[in-house]
Amino acid sequence: MRISKRVEKVAPSGIRVFFDLVLGMKDVISLGVGEPDFITPWGIREKAIYSLEQGYTSYTSNKGMIELRQEISSFLKKRFGLEYDPEEEILITVGSSEAFDLAARTLTNSGDKILVPEPSYVSYFPLFYLAGGSPHYLKTTIDNGFKLTPQQIDQACDKNTKVLVINYPANPTGASYTRKELLEFAKIAKKRDLIVVSDEVYDELTYDFNHTPFATLPGMKQKTVYLNGFSKSYAMTGFRVGYACGPKNIINHMNKIHQYTMLCASIIAQMAAIEALKNGSKSVLQMKKEYQRRREYIVGELNRIGLRVHKPEGAFYVFPSIRNTGYNSMDFALNLIKKRKVAVVPGTAFGPSGEGYIRMAYASSLDNLKEAILRISEFLKR
Amino acid sequence: MDEILEILESDARLSAEEIAKMVRKPVAKVKSLIKQYEKDGVILKYKTIINKELLHEDKNGVRALIEVKVTPQKDVGFDYLAERIYRFPEVASCYLLSGSYDLLLIIEGKDIHTVSSFVAEKLAPMENVRGTVTHFLLKKYKEDHQILKRKERTKRPAISF
Repeated sequence: MRISKRVEKVAPSGIRVFFDLVLGMKDVISLGVGEPDFITPWGIREKAIYSLEQGYTSYTSNKGMIELRQEISSFLKKRFGLEYDPEEEILITVGSSEAFDLAARTLTNSGDKILVPEPSYVSYFPLFYLAGGSPHYLKTTIDNGFKLTPQQIDQACDKNTKVLVINYPANPTGASYTRKELLEFAKIAKKRDLIVVSDEVYDELTYDFNHTPFATLPGMKQKTVYLNGFSKSYAMTGFRVGYACGPKNIINHMNKIHQYTMLCASIIAQMAAIEALKNGSKSVLQMKKEYQRRREYIVGELNRIGLRVHKPEGAFYVFPSIRNTGYNSMDFALNLIKKRKVAVVPGTAFGPSGEGYIRMAYASSLDNLKEAILRISEFLKR
Repeated sequence: MDEILEILESDARLSAEEIAKMVRKPVAKVKSLIKQYEKDGVILKYKTIINKELLHEDKNGVRALIEVKVTPQKDVGFDYLAERIYRFPEVASCYLLSGSYDLLLIIEGKDIHTVSSFVAEKLAPMENVRGTVTHFLLKKYKEDHQILKRKERTKRPAISF
């Protein structure tokens, strides 16, 4: 059978074996999870149950319920001074992952060069590749706190470069950018006429400074596809609901693909999302506070047991270097799970330059973190 | 509220060393702050919440909520009478409320008889107590933000991106 060449070329996740191993094991302490350890706040769950009881079981408008788009619009305006027209500039998607795919397919022509930071979330590179583009990794390391530099972006641009992907706070590194740093990126975007796809799903989990949406920078709203969702801020991963905001033209084209593939996001999830925006802010703050304490704890402890770590500015991940242990990322993770039953994700899952690192999620109870650190320190002593 | 207190309120077993790591303060500083809170009476006690329903013991005793109407007194208002009442060891909690009655008590006793006789012999006859209504507690679902159920296991897969 002939499979599409592009699909065939997309590397199957090299760490599948590792995943299968972990999922088959019992009594594992897992720091390998890319989602909150909180359950969705009750008020939001209750709203979803109520919606079902009331018979909300239909399709919605392709773009998503207008009530939800209005809520998002007024939330973004209040929170960041960011204005999007709920009728034309907001699209509700099945998680921000779908929104990313739609953006990739809408923006890419064959051969377009796409700049993607690395290490980065697993789907960025393959989705732009599948859309026909030529994604190009911009490598970051622990030495500069896993941050892109404006020079690096500028130097990577040629006449075919069309899109810059940014994600902050970042999965897997936790790195984020201040307004000042982002302004430098905006200059390059302007100079090189780039469209910026900005994945900001972890925005509410920014600890050391205020989060600045890229689209709020002068001149950037027209050049940015802003992606966000409810999964991380409101612990709603399983609801699968996110959104894209951007210039009317881009959103309308994205909506065409969306209507032929997804049709619409689940109405129950959309109802729950409305509730999250209306009444969820207190829960968000509580969760953030808890993550922040765990961040302090785990960064301190990793330093203590001798793993070099950059203190993340946001999200709920740390990305320590394991170079001085003599293992590569995969062997470190494999041996750690086999010998001490602690699950972490090998850095190489997030691109080749993730070699020498592991991703640990601190979206786990303090008791779990304590036990994990103890086991890792024993593992390191051998 | 100070972050140290927030942390202790949710888990009193955490050591000063562990708290220090979470709030990025020196251990000695955290220790002295906790000492001071204890001295000032801000921290009164460290205790464990036990879900006695799960013990299946017959001798858990009974609890009752008692509404008490009282006549406030000159100069001391409700406080004097409240103190005379709450000093009884049978009184687990005592609140002054707005509304149709004044004090709300939570009384603990080994059986219904003990509670009733406390009300009949100690509480009701007190001077300035104008009336009482006793509600026996049948089942506890949630107390102090704690849902009285076994903790749910996480439903997350152990690995995801």
